[in-house]
Amino acid sequence: MKKLLLITVLTLGLSTSAFAGGGGDILRATVMVDNLEYQFNDEKSVSWDTYAYVGYDLNKLYIYSEGEKAKDSSSASSENQLVYSRAITPYWDIQVGAAYDKTEDSDQTWGVIAVQGLAPYFFETRAVVLVADDGNIGFRAESEYEALITQKLILTPSVAISAYTKDDVKIGIGSGLSNLKLGARLRYEFIREFAPYIGVEWSKNFGNTDDLSPLDETYAVAGLRFWF
Amino acid sequence: MIFDTSKLNRRQFVKGIALSSVAVSGIVDLSAKEKIYDFDKSPVLSGEEFFLNIASTPVNITGTPAMATTVNGLLSGPTLRFKEGQDVTIHVTNHLKEDTSIHWHGIILPTNMDGVPGISYDGIKPGETFTYKFKIQQSGTYWYHSHSDFQEQTGIYGAIVIEPKEEKLEYDREYVISLSDWSDEKPDSIYRKIKLSADYYNFKQRTVGDFFDEVKELGFLEAFSQRKMWNEMAMTDRDLSDVTGYTYTYLMNGQNPATNFKALFKNGEKIRLRFINSSAMTFFDVQIPGLKMSVVASDGNYVQPVSVDEFRIGVAETYDVIVEPEENRAYSIFAQSLDRSGYALGALTYDTSVIATTPEMDSLPILSHADMGMNMSSMKDMPKKKETAMKCGAGMDMSVSKPKMDMSKPVIPITQLEESRGVQTTMRAMDPQYRLSDPGVGLRNNGRKVLTYADLKSLTPTTHDRYPDREIILRLTGNMERYMWSINGIAYKDAKPLEFKYGEILRITYINDTMMNHPMHLHGMWSELETGDDNYLPKKHTIIAQPGSKISFRVNVDAKGSWAYHCHLLYHMAGMFRKVVVA
Repeated sequence: MKKLLLITVLTLGLSTSAFAGGGGDILRATVMVDNLEYQFNDEKSVSWDTYAYVGYDLNKLYIYSEGEKAKDSSSASSENQLVYSRAITPYWDIQVGAAYDKTEDSDQTWGVIAVQGLAPYFFETRAVVLVADDGNIGFRAESEYEALITQKLILTPSVAISAYTKDDVKIGIGSGLSNLKLGARLRYEFIREFAPYIGVEWSKNFGNTDDLSPLDETYAVAGLRFWF
Repeated sequence: MIFDTSKLNRRQFVKGIALSSVAVSGIVDLSAKEKIYDFDKSPVLSGEEFFLNIASTPVNITGTPAMATTVNGLLSGPTLRFKEGQDVTIHVTNHLKEDTSIHWHGIILPTNMDGVPGISYDGIKPGETFTYKFKIQQSGTYWYHSHSDFQEQTGIYGAIVIEPKEEKLEYDREYVISLSDWSDEKPDSIYRKIKLSADYYNFKQRTVGDFFDEVKELGFLEAFSQRKMWNEMAMTDRDLSDVTGYTYTYLMNGQNPATNFKALFKNGEKIRLRFINSSAMTFFDVQIPGLKMSVVASDGNYVQPVSVDEFRIGVAETYDVIVEPEENRAYSIFAQSLDRSGYALGALTYDTSVIATTPEMDSLPILSHADMGMNMSSMKDMPKKKETAMKCGAGMDMSVSKPKMDMSKPVIPITQLEESRGVQTTMRAMDPQYRLSDPGVGLRNNGRKVLTYADLKSLTPTTHDRYPDREIILRLTGNMERYMWSINGIAYKDAKPLEFKYGEILRITYINDTMMNHPMHLHGMWSELETGDDNYLPKKHTIIAQPGSKISFRVNVDAKGSWAYHCHLLYHMAGMFRKVVVA
């Protein structure tokens, strides 16, 4: 399913090179690899955080994917979403769609509803409510701020939290506050589209999640941010 | 008066077609299949019949070969010299693979000659020739440009100089000074980038250090509270230009600052400089350090002379100035972009081998609360009377002036227009003020005498003294985050045409609900700007609405038909556009 969607996005993306007219509301597509990084943690993970969209000013189709692959795992674990996104206020979009979580040996599908936008004080924010068929309700939110040290050297502090109403042992989540991640990444934009970065992140599991898989770790990261 | 054609071969740096055939075709694949044309490359055309050919042309402006679209192979295109009262015939042939058009900016003519595809006519198809015929009923400095897609950005523009029946000015020599912005990037690519990320080209944004400097100066609480309003609205005081010198090379008569356009004078001469801003997106602040400029015409029409050191010229505006250089000196003609990301440069000199030192660019302009539509006179620590000069946040000294209105005259009825407030609008000017005597962001209190709209008074009395029959208010709106532009919160594609009644005198007031200057251009009829004296309203075709401000003008609705009405910033135009129907 993912491959098909990616192909769709890329195909639509190619057609944006021609000016589509229509009052300036051009069809556009972009792929943003916000983080693609090596994490200097116990698992020696490679981690990514990406999205792609195709669409117009008001209506877009988004794919989100974030996840990681530990050095010794046979496969990656990831959280993926496909949503229809509609601009409803000057700064905010509302999104509906589906999510697919994949762990090393299991998976979970969710229905999602989300808001995404620019909060006051320039916080890029996205908050998602997920509903699973077993009645588990999840909440995931992330926010980041771009502080310009210079025009090209940019520090991005970020926060991400997740919480659930039920345990879902097979994908390793427990009810209540599940995980909190605080990060800070310092990138250098050689050009807007290409920036290597270094950073530090603290990730901690809480409650039942922490019982299932204890985690409280601070580690350095190094990676690339790029888009096209 | 001498019209100095010997110095007009300045466009020769545009590589001729002959050069393209071998050397360039390997690099620029587009040129490989271009036909070879033998256009008349005269930089100035005059007479009664004109032939303009629009074609793709290889150019090298930045050191990298690129493709331009040009008129007669020239960038900028040939200057057309008309005579007031003359009937002209202009054949425009399209050698492109896409539609094109030519609009005669500021020229009063019949609606079907105005050259706007979809409004005046269907445009000019590839391979076709369209013949324009119209009578010249005015004089002064104007320009022409394509009104199709983004072709203005790639080179389809040129000057129009109309000799009056009776010249009211005395001068010995004249030059057209056409300012423009060139990018090797394709306009579609520029537009896509600012749609994806509106600050893509802005490399003068606020940094953490700027905030720390303010903390040092003001203390944390005061510094934080000054940022509060901007931060809460997620807006920035550094949002000056959407497209900047990061991708643009600024040109004077088609020449980049390195090749340095040169205007020659002989000692003792009075020189008339006809400035035209033919940019796609760039406002210029123009100085000739060491020389006073006497501004004698605005948008083609004579104004009462006013002596200045500097003037801001919005996209599509024209200003004529007269200068009297001292003997045996060279001067820089220095046009820095509003956001100070670059400049166009030329020299006014008695000898081509002598040029002046290039001036330093001014420091970065910072938008103020006034530019956000706050009334500075109502801020609590400010004196509460209007029409006084007052100190504002960033050390600016600005007088809030209102156009004088005769209060004995009746109140003008306002026709309510449809308005929408939704995704289209990120800001609303809460208390917009008339700011005619405000030279604008970056020019306040700079120690130079800077032209303001309050200085513009028509040389001849306003010909109709009837009071406006009605007024409409147009809010210039935008979503700067999503890069969407509109009028009254409604983009062109969703808007009904504006209806003007033939014979009425209409007052139009702009309220600029954005942080950007918008050069608004009404086709077909003059925009008579209220600058303070109802009896001497200067006639303009393009009016800058400053950020967060209000400005009013009169239209004598004397031209039947359909007309375009829009912001002249190329990448704002598609949304911030209206069709006007006069019936």
